[in-house]
Amino acid sequence: MVFLSGNPTAARPFARFLRVGTVPSWADPIAFLLLAAAAILVVRGAEDMSQSLAVLHTTPVTLDPARLPQYALRTTLRMFLALGASLVFTFTVATLAAKSRKAELLIVPALDILQSVPVLGFLTFTVTFFMGLFPGRQLGVECAAIFAIFTSQAWNMAFSFYQSLRSIPSDLDEVSRQFAFSPWRRFVRLELPFATPGLVWNVMMSMSGGWFFVVASEAITVGNTTVTLPGIGSWLSLAIARQDMRSVAIGVGAMAVVIVLYDQLVFRPIVAWADKFRFEQTASGERPGSWLYDLVRRTRWLRVLAAPLTWPATAMAAIDWPTIPRARFARFALPAGTGRVLDGLWIALVAGLGLVGAWVLWSFLSARLAFADLLTAFGLGLATLVRVVVLIALATAVWVPIGMWIGLRPAWAERLQPIAQFLAAFPANVMFPFAVAAIVAWRLDPNVWLSPLMVLGTQWYILFNVIAGASAIPSDLKEAAGIFGMRGWQWWRQVGIPGIFPYYVTGALTASGGSWNASVVAEAVTWGDKHLEAAGLGAFIAKATAAGDYARVALGVAVMSIFVIAFNRALWRPMYRFAERRLRLA
Amino acid sequence: MTRFTPIQTLAADNVLVEVRDVRHLYGKAGGANLLVLDDVDLTLRDNEIVGLLGRSGSGKSTLLRSIAGLITPTSGEIEFPVRAGEAPTTVSMVFQSFALFPWLTVLQNVEVGLEAKRVKPDERRRRALAAIDLIGLDGFESAYPKELSGGMRQRVGLARALVVDPSILLMDEPFSALDVLTAETLRTDLLDLWCEGRMPIKAILMVTHNIEEAVLMCDRILVFSSNPGRVVGAVKVDLPQPRNRLDPAFRALVESIYVQMTQPGQAQGGRQNEGLFPGTGVSMVLPRVSTNTLAGLIEAVDGAPFDGKAHMPDLARELRYEADELFPIAETLQLLRFAELEGGDLRLTPAARRYAQADVDTRKQLFAQHLLAHVPLAGHIRRVLDERASHKAPAARFRDELEDSMSPDYAAQTLKAVTSWARYAEAFAYDEGADVFTLDDPD
Repeated sequence: MVFLSGNPTAARPFARFLRVGTVPSWADPIAFLLLAAAAILVVRGAEDMSQSLAVLHTTPVTLDPARLPQYALRTTLRMFLALGASLVFTFTVATLAAKSRKAELLIVPALDILQSVPVLGFLTFTVTFFMGLFPGRQLGVECAAIFAIFTSQAWNMAFSFYQSLRSIPSDLDEVSRQFAFSPWRRFVRLELPFATPGLVWNVMMSMSGGWFFVVASEAITVGNTTVTLPGIGSWLSLAIARQDMRSVAIGVGAMAVVIVLYDQLVFRPIVAWADKFRFEQTASGERPGSWLYDLVRRTRWLRVLAAPLTWPATAMAAIDWPTIPRARFARFALPAGTGRVLDGLWIALVAGLGLVGAWVLWSFLSARLAFADLLTAFGLGLATLVRVVVLIALATAVWVPIGMWIGLRPAWAERLQPIAQFLAAFPANVMFPFAVAAIVAWRLDPNVWLSPLMVLGTQWYILFNVIAGASAIPSDLKEAAGIFGMRGWQWWRQVGIPGIFPYYVTGALTASGGSWNASVVAEAVTWGDKHLEAAGLGAFIAKATAAGDYARVALGVAVMSIFVIAFNRALWRPMYRFAERRLRLA
Repeated sequence: MTRFTPIQTLAADNVLVEVRDVRHLYGKAGGANLLVLDDVDLTLRDNEIVGLLGRSGSGKSTLLRSIAGLITPTSGEIEFPVRAGEAPTTVSMVFQSFALFPWLTVLQNVEVGLEAKRVKPDERRRRALAAIDLIGLDGFESAYPKELSGGMRQRVGLARALVVDPSILLMDEPFSALDVLTAETLRTDLLDLWCEGRMPIKAILMVTHNIEEAVLMCDRILVFSSNPGRVVGAVKVDLPQPRNRLDPAFRALVESIYVQMTQPGQAQGGRQNEGLFPGTGVSMVLPRVSTNTLAGLIEAVDGAPFDGKAHMPDLARELRYEADELFPIAETLQLLRFAELEGGDLRLTPAARRYAQADVDTRKQLFAQHLLAHVPLAGHIRRVLDERASHKAPAARFRDELEDSMSPDYAAQTLKAVTSWARYAEAFAYDEGADVFTLDDPD
C-alpha cells in the first residue's frame, strides 16, 4: 500500500539540518520516550524468542487479553526480522542480476516466477528444515515462521531494486564514472538513493502481504508436528479452534492497532524521508508528511544524541574499500568473441541444470503420484480459475463506478484513499471466521459462498487504484467533456475508462495475484470442529499440507504457478502494454 | 588526411591532450555501422578555450566523452603527454543536463568528486566551500538541487567540476538547457573567472551548437561536419575579451562559420561526405521535423523580404531559431528537393515556390511526389505496399531493416519521421495498434 496523504505546508527551510542548537525543545522528551520504549520492546521480544522449545509446552498460548500485547510484539518483531532478511536478499541478488548478464539470465525469470508462486506452499518444506537446524529451541520454529514471511516479501522488493538499477539516468552514471567512484561509493551515493522510493513502496506492499502469512505461519501444523508460536496468528487460530468469537474480535482489533502503529511510527516517517530521493529536478506540490518525522526533525537534543546512533549510515558512506586497479584486469582482456562463447557455455550450463532439476522433480513426483493426480490438480485449478475470474469481474463491476465517483471528487478522495489503502493492508484471513460462522448458520453451499473470501482482502487494490486514476484525469479533459456535453456511456467510453485503465490494470493484476494466493486459505476454512471446503486448487494444497503429503503440495504449487503465470502472460501483460502504449497521458 | 592543421603556438611542449586519428562506430557488431567520428585530430594546449562546433549527431559529444574517458573510441589515440615535474593531466566535466544528485545538497554534490578521491573530510569541506564561494553559490550550501533555478544548478555543476582541480575543464553544451538571459550571465561569469585566472584549470574544451556562443567564448573553434563527424574547419578567434556581439568583426566571423556549416564536406578537399544525414539510401537517419515546420519555412522564405532566397544567419535571426534548430529543417527541405543550400544561403526550388502558393490538396500532392521520389525509405515502403496484394506490410519489417544499420533509437526516430511525412502526403497509412503500414487511405 502507499501512503500519500500529503502535508503541503511542510515546506523545508534550507538550513534546518545545519543549525543544531543545544537548547531542548518540547519535542525532545516525547521523542526520547518513544525511542527508549521501542528499544526496550525489541530487547524483550528477542529474549523471548531464544527460549527453549519446552517453554512453549509449559506456557502454551492462551486467550488471556493481558498476554495480547506481548503476542503482538513478537508477531511484529517477526515481521521486521523477515523484512530485514528480504532487504539483505534484495541488495545482494538484485545487484548481482543488474551487474552480471549471466546472473541476470537466471535471476530475473526466477524472480518473476517466485513473485507469482503461492508462498503458503513453501511452509511445509521449511519447517522441518529449520527445526532440524536448531533442535530443541524455539529459534528453529521462529526461523521457519520468519522464513515463511520472507518468502512472501522478498521477490517484489528484489524486482523493484533490479529495475531501478537498470534505469539509472545516464548522466548520473557518467558523473560517477568520470569521478571514478568505487563500486561501493557508487552503491551508496547513486544506486541505493535512486532505488529508494520504489523500494520503500514495495517494502510497504510486502508488509501487507506478510501480515496475511504471519497468521498462517505462527500456528504451523505439518503432518503430526504442531508448533504454536506466541503471536497474534496463534491467538487467532486458537480462538477459531475454540469457536470463541469474542477472542477473534479482540485479536482482529489488536492486529488493526499494530498495523496503525507501524504505519504511523515506521512507514510514514520513512515515506516522508524517502521523498528526498525522488528523482525529479523540480519540487513537487505535495510532499508526504509524517508527524513523527517532523517531531524528530524538530528535536534538538535528540538529534545531538542520535548523531552517534547514525554512525552505521555515516560509516557506510565513509568506507573506502581498497580499489582494484583496472589495469590489472585489462591485461587479461579476452579476445573479442570469447564473451559470446562464455555466454553460450553459461546458457548450456543453466539449461543442463534445468534438465537435471526436471528429472529430479519427475522422479520424485512420479514415484508418489499417478497421472490422474495431475489431471485432478489441473481440474481443480480450472475451478479456482473460474472463481478468480468471476470475483475479479464482480469486484470490478462494484468498485470501478464507486472508485470513479470518489476519485472525481477530490474532497472525498483525500479522505477515503487512506482507508482503502489500510483495508488493502489488512490481512483479510482474520475475518474468515465470521464468514464461516455465517455459512454454517445459514447452511449455504461452501463451493459458492467460500469464494468471496478470496477477494475480501484484494478487492481494495482495485478500489484505491481506480480512485488514484480518476483523480489523475486532467481537469482540461474533464472540462472539454463537460463543454461538449458528454454523458453516460459515451463519457465512460471516451473519458472515464481510458483515464483509469492503466491504474485499473495495476490494481486488478495485484488483486488477481493476491486472490490466487488467498485461495490456499480461503477454500478450506475451519471453525472449531466444523470444516468447510470448496473444490479448488487452494483446498487441494491446504489439505496436502495438513496431511504432510509433500508430493501433492509440490504438485499443487507447481500447477498453481503455471496457472498464475499463464493468466498474467495471457491477460494482464497485454493489457498493461496496451495501456502503456495508447493510454498514457503525457 | 584531414584538413585541420594545428595552429602554431609559442611553445611546442605545452600540449595537454593529443587526439590522433580517432574513429568511432556505433551499431551492431557485424552489421553495418554508423560512423560518428572519422579520423579526428585535435590538440589542446595550455591556456586556451577550444570549441567543438557542429550540429547534433556530428560526434562532438562523442569526442568529448572519449577525452573524458567515458567512451573508448573504436580506433585512434588519445594521449595526455606527461611533462617533467608536473602532475599528470586530469579532466573534469560539466554536463548539459547538470547531472546533479537530487538527494544530495549543493555542498554534498560539490564534495562528491573529492570524496571519490578519498580526500579527508576537513579538507574536503574547505575546498568545496572555496569552490562554492568562487562560483557564486554562497548561501545555497544546504539547498537541494530541486530548490534551485537552472542557472544555479549549472553553477553547482561547475563548482563540482572545478573543485577536483582538473587541468582541463570539459563542457558538454553547458548553457543550452538554460534560458537566454541566464546562459549569458553564466558565460560572462565563467569568462571573467577564466580571464582573471581564478580557476585552477589550464584549458577548457567545450561542445556547442551555438555559433555565437563559440565565437564569444573560444580562442579556437573546430567546425564539425556531420555524417560522419569530421573536423572540416578550424577558426582562430583573435578578438580581444570581452567580445561584443555587435562588433562587425564578430559578425563577420559568425557569418563565415555559417557558410562553412551549410556546405557539409563540400570543397573541403579530402573526402566528400556521403549525404545530408547519417547513413545512405534507405538506411538514412531522418530527423523528426514536422510538416508544419517545413511548410512554415517554405512560406517564410517565399515571402518578403526573402523572396525565395534567404541568407541563413538572417533567416535564423528573423525566425528566432538557433543554427542547430534551423539546419535540420533546411536540410530536410534540401532532401525533398524543395531547397538548395549553398554558401550560407537557402534558395527555394521552383517546386517549393509552387507549393507556397498552392491550396491544401495541391500541396499534399506535391509533397507526396517529392517524398516518394527523394526520400528513399518512403519510396521503398510505398513500393513494398504496391507489390503486395493485401497492400499491407508490418512496420517491424522495416524497423528490423533499419536496425541493421543504425541504433534502435535512430530506427524508431527515422520510422516516425517517415510515417508522419507519409501521413501528411497521404502516400501511405500506418495503423499504430497493429503496427502495420497500409495503402488504404481513410478517404
